[in-house]
Amino acid sequence: MSDASLSALAAQLAAKQVSSRELAQQYLDRITTLNPSINAFITVDADKTLAEASLADALRAAGNASPLTGVPIAHKDIFCTDGWLTTCGSKMLHNFIAPYDAHVIQRFKAAGMPSLGKTNMDEFAMGSSNETSYFGPVKNPWDTDYVPGGSSGGAAACVAARMAPAATGTDTGGSIRQPAALCGITGLKPTYGLVSRFGMIAFASSLDQAGPMAPSAEDCALLLNVMTGFDPNDSTSLEREKEDYTRDLDKPLAGLRVGLPCEFFTEGLNNEVAASVEAAIAELKKLGATTVEISLSNSKLAIPVYYVLAPAEASSNLSRFDGVRYGYRAPEYANLDDMYSKTRAQGFGAEVKRRIMIGAYVLSHGYYDAYYLQAQKIRRLIADDFTEAFKTCDVILGPTVPGTAFKLGEKSGDPVEMYLNDLYTIPANLAGLPGMSLPCGFDAKGMPIGLQLVGNYFSEARMLNVAHQFQRATDWHTRAPEGLK
Amino acid sequence: MSLTPDDVKRIARLARIEIDDAQAQASQGQLNTIFDLIATMQAVDTQNIAPMAHAQEVYQRLRADTVTESDRHAAFQAIAPAVENDLYLVPQVIECP
Repeated sequence: MSDASLSALAAQLAAKQVSSRELAQQYLDRITTLNPSINAFITVDADKTLAEASLADALRAAGNASPLTGVPIAHKDIFCTDGWLTTCGSKMLHNFIAPYDAHVIQRFKAAGMPSLGKTNMDEFAMGSSNETSYFGPVKNPWDTDYVPGGSSGGAAACVAARMAPAATGTDTGGSIRQPAALCGITGLKPTYGLVSRFGMIAFASSLDQAGPMAPSAEDCALLLNVMTGFDPNDSTSLEREKEDYTRDLDKPLAGLRVGLPCEFFTEGLNNEVAASVEAAIAELKKLGATTVEISLSNSKLAIPVYYVLAPAEASSNLSRFDGVRYGYRAPEYANLDDMYSKTRAQGFGAEVKRRIMIGAYVLSHGYYDAYYLQAQKIRRLIADDFTEAFKTCDVILGPTVPGTAFKLGEKSGDPVEMYLNDLYTIPANLAGLPGMSLPCGFDAKGMPIGLQLVGNYFSEARMLNVAHQFQRATDWHTRAPEGLK
Repeated sequence: MSLTPDDVKRIARLARIEIDDAQAQASQGQLNTIFDLIATMQAVDTQNIAPMAHAQEVYQRLRADTVTESDRHAAFQAIAPAVENDLYLVPQVIECP
């Protein structure tokens, strides 16, 4: 059961070999066994899950099943989920029971996919190791001394440990792809605007995008079919024809032009990661692809640009947490202003406060042009590099992360060291391009290595085709950690 | 550029985050490391480059001027820290005569 793909689970449900309720119970049992050591879930509510599973069984019995009806899924705790605790990994929302469903949750509910619970994450999605969560760090299922990556670390870890067949994640600077790489699963950040942000607690609104996380590219294609679509409640939701993201999975790769950005293969890249990525390139060549050298010469500026733009947007978005309408309020205060300041000092963790302060500073009087405007101009240069590159290639390939998972506590004292983890993932967010990570090997310590694909706008089907063909020729994505207790 | 502890306290004040002297001192070093990283941007010539605010060239949609929401104030206020008579309660801000 626990190693089955989404299409295999769907086939079992369709053939009545298992009910959605039975399937959900099997995963809930595994969560009960494994979550105490992995801490991938903040909230599990078996009664709610089983009630949703019964609805799915009824939907199927009535002949109204869609392809994934009855298959359970775990949701990142950033998505408002009606009646469920929705914390965003923060003390600020430790008591927030969402009064409505995020658009993504509505879509999975409409598809009849029961929720297995809410997954742990870096506080307000700010982090690359899951150590900033108010609910404690998530452990990497491959070795619990190591971080799972972040911010969607609980999502990646629960899929890697087969506590859920799939999970939702969100990606502002790499938060789907980096944990997918560090936990050995597949994750996709779609083109900005394809998935509605309604009900997804905002971090940096011009960069945030939700996407699927699962063992394989085929699984991600099926999930993307559920998640995408126009939503009038999100002013940046794109009005496009609905696509079938599985349509090109089986196409051969002959003629595929793979762009290799020289900037992603230089200093700072771990040797074992480089070797695994090189091996993956060789595999794609065997499948008929050719490679093209490209340059993303401004990508080295992506981190400084990101650490101006994302905190600026965050400082604005997170101003809504003031202890008035929902969430935490400081127990003692002298006046209204003091209530705001104490509530925010006590409710936010150190990394969130740091980023809000960076944002407040770069937007403050006298600094706006030097920081915010300059960052937006360089954002344009970074996006233009991609436009130029896609004139000569179909997909861009490189490592997802410069290294593999690091030990808990190893980088938590040095923010800049932590930020460098997202060196290769941030450029796609700044440009709004789709990016994905898929497993392509292991280092000497047995920790997974991720391969990143970045595609042109709306080329998800092509990227999933490349990833699926790679996964038909390799078995990295089928590996799961053994001996979990 | 280097932030002093007083700068840090001013920024914290702008962000409405209470901070004491020891915390300002501790934050100062980390914030300066981050601003050193950010400063690498300043060397780039961006004359005549249009700022990019958004990944897609999208325009604000207009919708018909009709009511689309139902009244859910009871559900929304049920999760508020303090409510009375359908009003959110905060400390008094206007002095009584």
